[in-house]
Amino acid sequence: MAIKKTTKSNLITIAILIIIYIVCQILIATGSMSNLMKGLLVPLCYYSIMAVSLNLTVGILGELSLGHAGFMCIGAFASSFFSKTMVDVIGNTFIRFTLAIIIGALSAALFGMIIGVAVLRLRGDYLAIVTLAFGEIIKNVINVLYIGIDRNGLHFSMQDSMSLNLLEDGEAILNGPRGITGTPKNATFTIAIILLILTYVIITNLVNSRSGRAIMAIRDNRIAAETMGIPITRFKILAFSISAGLAGVAGVLYSHNISTLTATPKNFGYNMSIMILVFVVLGGIGNLRGSIIAAVILTLLPEYLRFMQDYRMLIYAVVLIALMIFNWNPTCIQWRENHSLKNYLPMFFKKEKEGL
Amino acid sequence: MKMKRMFGLLLVLSLVVASFAACGTKEGGSGGNDKFYIGGMGPLTGDAASYGLHVKWSAEIAVEEINAAGGINGKQIEFRFEDDEHDPEKAVNAYNNLKDWGLQVVMGAVTSGPSVAVAEETKNDNMFMITPSGSAPAVVKYDNAFQVCFSDPNQGSASAKYISDKGLATKVAVIYDSSEVYSSGIYEKFASEAKNSNFEIVAAEAFTADSKSDFAVQLQKAKDSGAELVFLPIYYQQAVLILTQANDMGYKPIFFGCDGLDGILGVENFDTALAEDVMLLTPFAADAQDEKTQNFVAKFKEAHNEVPNQFGADAYDAIYILKEALEAGNVTPDMSTSDITEALKKEITQLNFDGLTGAGMTWKATGEVNKEPKAVIIKDGAYTLFD
Repeated sequence: MAIKKTTKSNLITIAILIIIYIVCQILIATGSMSNLMKGLLVPLCYYSIMAVSLNLTVGILGELSLGHAGFMCIGAFASSFFSKTMVDVIGNTFIRFTLAIIIGALSAALFGMIIGVAVLRLRGDYLAIVTLAFGEIIKNVINVLYIGIDRNGLHFSMQDSMSLNLLEDGEAILNGPRGITGTPKNATFTIAIILLILTYVIITNLVNSRSGRAIMAIRDNRIAAETMGIPITRFKILAFSISAGLAGVAGVLYSHNISTLTATPKNFGYNMSIMILVFVVLGGIGNLRGSIIAAVILTLLPEYLRFMQDYRMLIYAVVLIALMIFNWNPTCIQWRENHSLKNYLPMFFKKEKEGL
Repeated sequence: MKMKRMFGLLLVLSLVVASFAACGTKEGGSGGNDKFYIGGMGPLTGDAASYGLHVKWSAEIAVEEINAAGGINGKQIEFRFEDDEHDPEKAVNAYNNLKDWGLQVVMGAVTSGPSVAVAEETKNDNMFMITPSGSAPAVVKYDNAFQVCFSDPNQGSASAKYISDKGLATKVAVIYDSSEVYSSGIYEKFASEAKNSNFEIVAAEAFTADSKSDFAVQLQKAKDSGAELVFLPIYYQQAVLILTQANDMGYKPIFFGCDGLDGILGVENFDTALAEDVMLLTPFAADAQDEKTQNFVAKFKEAHNEVPNQFGADAYDAIYILKEALEAGNVTPDMSTSDITEALKKEITQLNFDGLTGAGMTWKATGEVNKEPKAVIIKDGAYTLFD
């Protein structure tokens, strides 16, 4: 019975995502969607993927990771590099982009595994600090990497783009702090929403599987889990690298949605990692649907507050605090329960009212 | 319980989705406009905020002047500037938001990364874009984008040529910010140009955004290598520290910089005596004696109690360049965005524009500006033209 309930809940989430997708497509087709919103559709999907995948680490595995943006960064750069070099070789956009997604996910998962082996021996605060450091290291290493390509093959340097010694026909693809420019813009809303649904399915399936129960057992009581014979490190690394790989997918969408890719503190620094963590905490730790909703609301908010001009970020912070209190303060939860219309009206009608 | 809360949130979500539809009705800037809708985006918050603010304020001054004098072809300008937080992703959002407002011409973005991202979008929409200060070459990759400032490689080669032609030094050290697009762009071109010059680079020391407070190591290396001139293709915030630390070390080479050094005299608690004899290639000097500059600087100071920097001057010019090109093409605001773009693309290559940042500015179809760099030297705490 319990399993059935979760399956139902998962199907509802997927159905909602599909409905939103259809509504958006209708709005676009009839020309009634604003340009701002059209431009935000893909970002909303990749931020949701980020939030859902971090929820796997924070909510399901129960470890605090502050370096999630680092994995996004790896996925973004690896896939962008691939697309840029292969743009003339593989003409078919679909095949190229699919490969790019796989490459982004695998390289991020690989780094997740490498970092996981080193890091997951630590617990609690220490783990948080080390993941934070790894996130920064990834960003800084990419900022000193120069990779170019010419007819002799690839050239690497950590000095500057001149020491690549490229031939006349060569091109510096990854140009240190200037990053990669001119990634083909392949990410569409359709692909993004499919990836989001896929991410959701992967994580819910993992959670409801044998491995998932083992992971949650580790979270709930490490010693008991170990006594039961659960290989702790293995499951921790499994969860951590899946989470990293999915963040890599978000990175692929990010880099293929914007033509310039640089690893700045703004987009791949710890600020971003913490922002993703905020999505997770606000949406509810361990609650995947909540993560998506929080990611959507908190990404839209600063854009829709643009009319506030200089007060935009101030209002954003205030709204964030208010939302946190509204969501998690016991008094607020009590109040919402008391004022719920569920008791009086049919369920579906109630939904309409509550939101108003 | 949990389900219920989720439903509530979902409903909020669907309402938000519904609201997009509501505000989506005011679409596009094509047809029926009685005003020119010019918009820009730049960092108004965060580290690079001073650049964005100066661009915004200066452009507003120019728009006010033009509107007071009767507008462009008799039509007023509506100007709006959005925050992009120095982030390409946010810059695209800002651009889309401006499009909903009715944007016809882009005057932005302020920094390079966002400019590249916005250029990609304007290309798709065929919208004319002139960036006051996005100096990376990738910004003007497409035919609809133009620059007011020098491109980074141009500054690098101009600096190398200047040092070489004037015989300022035979041994040159460079201190640059390898994590900054602007700085490394200039440095690389400078270094490759130096190979054909009569000086040699004896030390090239980099620092990054994470280590930009102590320059003792870099300065010591420059000193040990016997460099007579230190080239600083960096922003003035770090240059101030370098000058102070070099003075403490008793190292007194010639310091030579690019337009990023502009603003150095306005730094609080900085002893401007240390900047004495510093040379910089900049298209704009706030205390130039011509009437245009003085008028602009006076208005800017009055409104914002600050001395405008080169970014501001570029933005002020950008608005006037748009005005001249729009007038030359007899463009009216009720034309479609695409027609305006085509007209501007044609007219700007025929302009010969005299502005704050240079006289006789011309553009090729590639989008790069052609203007003379001015070398100024700081004497008694003020810029003096150096020749």
